[in-house]
Amino acid sequence: MIKNISNLGDAAIYCDFGSDVNEVINSNVTDYFNHITNLVKQEKIQGITNLTPSYNKLIISFDLSVIDFLKLKKIIENLDIKKHIKKNNQKIKIPVCCDDEYGLDFERLSNKFNLSKDEILDFFFDKEYFCYMTGFIAGMPFLGDLDKKIRINRLDTPRVKVPEGSVGITEQFANIYTFESPGGWNIIGNTPKKVFHKLNLLDPALIKPGDKVIFYQISKEEYLEFND
Amino acid sequence: MTNPYFEILRPGINTTIQDSGRNYLYHIGITVSGAIDQRNYKLANCLVNNKLNEAIIEFAYQGPLLRLNNGNINFAITGDIFFNIIKNNSEVVEGKCYQNYILKEGEQIDIISTKKSAYGYLAISGGFQLKETWKSYSINTKAQIGPNNGKKYSVNEKIFIKNSILKNSKNKKINYKNPLNNIIRVLKGTNFDYFSKEAKDIFFNQSYSVTRMVDRMGMRLEGSNLENIVNTNIKSEGLIRGVIQVPADGKPIILLSDHGTIGGYPKIAVVISADLDKVAQFTPGTTIQFKEVNLDEAEKLFKDYTIETDNYLNECS
Repeated sequence: MIKNISNLGDAAIYCDFGSDVNEVINSNVTDYFNHITNLVKQEKIQGITNLTPSYNKLIISFDLSVIDFLKLKKIIENLDIKKHIKKNNQKIKIPVCCDDEYGLDFERLSNKFNLSKDEILDFFFDKEYFCYMTGFIAGMPFLGDLDKKIRINRLDTPRVKVPEGSVGITEQFANIYTFESPGGWNIIGNTPKKVFHKLNLLDPALIKPGDKVIFYQISKEEYLEFND
Repeated sequence: MTNPYFEILRPGINTTIQDSGRNYLYHIGITVSGAIDQRNYKLANCLVNNKLNEAIIEFAYQGPLLRLNNGNINFAITGDIFFNIIKNNSEVVEGKCYQNYILKEGEQIDIISTKKSAYGYLAISGGFQLKETWKSYSINTKAQIGPNNGKKYSVNEKIFIKNSILKNSKNKKINYKNPLNNIIRVLKGTNFDYFSKEAKDIFFNQSYSVTRMVDRMGMRLEGSNLENIVNTNIKSEGLIRGVIQVPADGKPIILLSDHGTIGGYPKIAVVISADLDKVAQFTPGTTIQFKEVNLDEAEKLFKDYTIETDNYLNECS
C-alpha cells in the first residue's frame, strides 16, 4: 500500500501512497494513521511525536534522540495493517450563507465558469463531500470532490485575511476557514457553525478524515440567528 | 496568600509562554509551537534549578518590562540580550545572560533588546502558575491555544508565579557563546528534483538573506530565484519544522515552530535538527549559506549538538 518510504529531513518519515487523490488511497493513509496512532497510545512504538495524514501521504515525525530513520522505517515496513479498524464516517451538515458580503469571489467565478451564481451554487450544494484531511490551520477540513464544472485554481495573490467561517473552493476541493487566516482559496460563502472547538479537548475538530459533509444554503436572517 | 506575579509595564514585541512544545496534534492542524530555540530554553531552566521542560517566557527583539509583586524570586535570562534590573531605590544594574539573579518584591526587569539574535528566554525558579492545554503550556497565537487565551501578552496583564520557597540559591553561571557562523546544514527535500540544475547550484552556492517577513511561523528569504521545472504546486501534504519550501515566486521560506501543518509548495530541502535553534535566531538582513549533508552526517551532527548542550547543562547543575 505504501509505494515508497523516504526521509523528510532527519526526524521525519515520508510515506508515499501514490500521486492520485481518491477515497481509496486516502483510506489506506487513514488505516496506517489509525494503526500507528493506536501503537503509540499503547506505547508499543517509542519516539513518534506526530502523524500527519494528507490526501496520499503520511508524514511521521519522531524524536531523533529516541529513534532514528532506519529503525523506524523498518518498524513501519513490517506493520500488519488491519483494514478499516474504526473509521470516521459521520455525516455532518454545514449551513452556508452565500450572500455577496460572504461569497467574495462570485463575479470572478461566474466569468471564469460562464455560469450564473445560482448555477454555481446548484453544482456546489448538489454533492456530498468526503473529508480527506484536516490541517493547515486548526480543524480546517479539506473536502472533495467538486463538480468538474466549478473547478478553479487558487487566487494568484492570496488574501492577507480570509474571514473566519469562509467556505472556499480550489481545484477539486472545498474547505472551511476555521480561523481568520491568510489564504488563496476562492470564497463562495460563510458558515455560522463552529467547526473547531478548542475547549472540547478530547474532540476539537468537528469534521475528521473519512467523514461526509453536506452543505446547505441559508439566508442572511438564518445566518444571523444561527445558534450553535 | 496570593502568589507572586509579574505586572507587565511594557509587553515587548512578541512575548509569550513557551515550553518543549505540543505533540500529536498535527493531524488536526495544530502545530508544535514551543520555544523556538530549545537549547537556550533549557539552559534558562537549568540556571534556576527547574526541570528542563518547565514553561518560561519567550520574547523577541524588544522584550518586556516586568515588575515583581508579592514576593521574591530567582531568575535567569538566556540568549544574546541587553537587560537591566531596576532596584527599589531606582538604582539600575546591568544584567548578564547565563547567570541567575534574585529579584525582590517591587523590583523590575527591563529586557531592552536582543543583540545579534531574535529570541531570548526568562526562566523563574519554580515556574509560572499556568493552565496546561493538550499537555503543553505553549501559547499558539494562530489557533489561540494556551495561557493568556492563546494571545501574546499586553500591557497591564499579570503573569502569576508558582509559590516556592526561595532557596538559598547558589550563584550559577554558564560560559556560553551563541553560535556566530551563518552556515545552515540541510538534507535534500522530497521535491529537490522539481528544481532546475541551475536552481540547485544557486541554492547551495549563493547566499540568501533573511527578509523582514519573519515570525514564529516562518522565515522568508531573499536571493536569486529558484527555477521550478516540474510544478510550482504539489498536492497539499504534511509539513515539519525546518522544511524549506519554494512557492511560485522562487524565493525560499524556512518553516519554524508555529508553521501551518499542511502545505502545497515544493520542498527543496530540510534544515537538519542540529541547526534548528540557530536558524530561528537569525534577524532580518542576516546573510545565510546552505550546505548539503547526508542523513548519516545529520544524525551524527545532532548527537554532537546534544552532547554539547548536555555539557553546558552540566556546567550549571
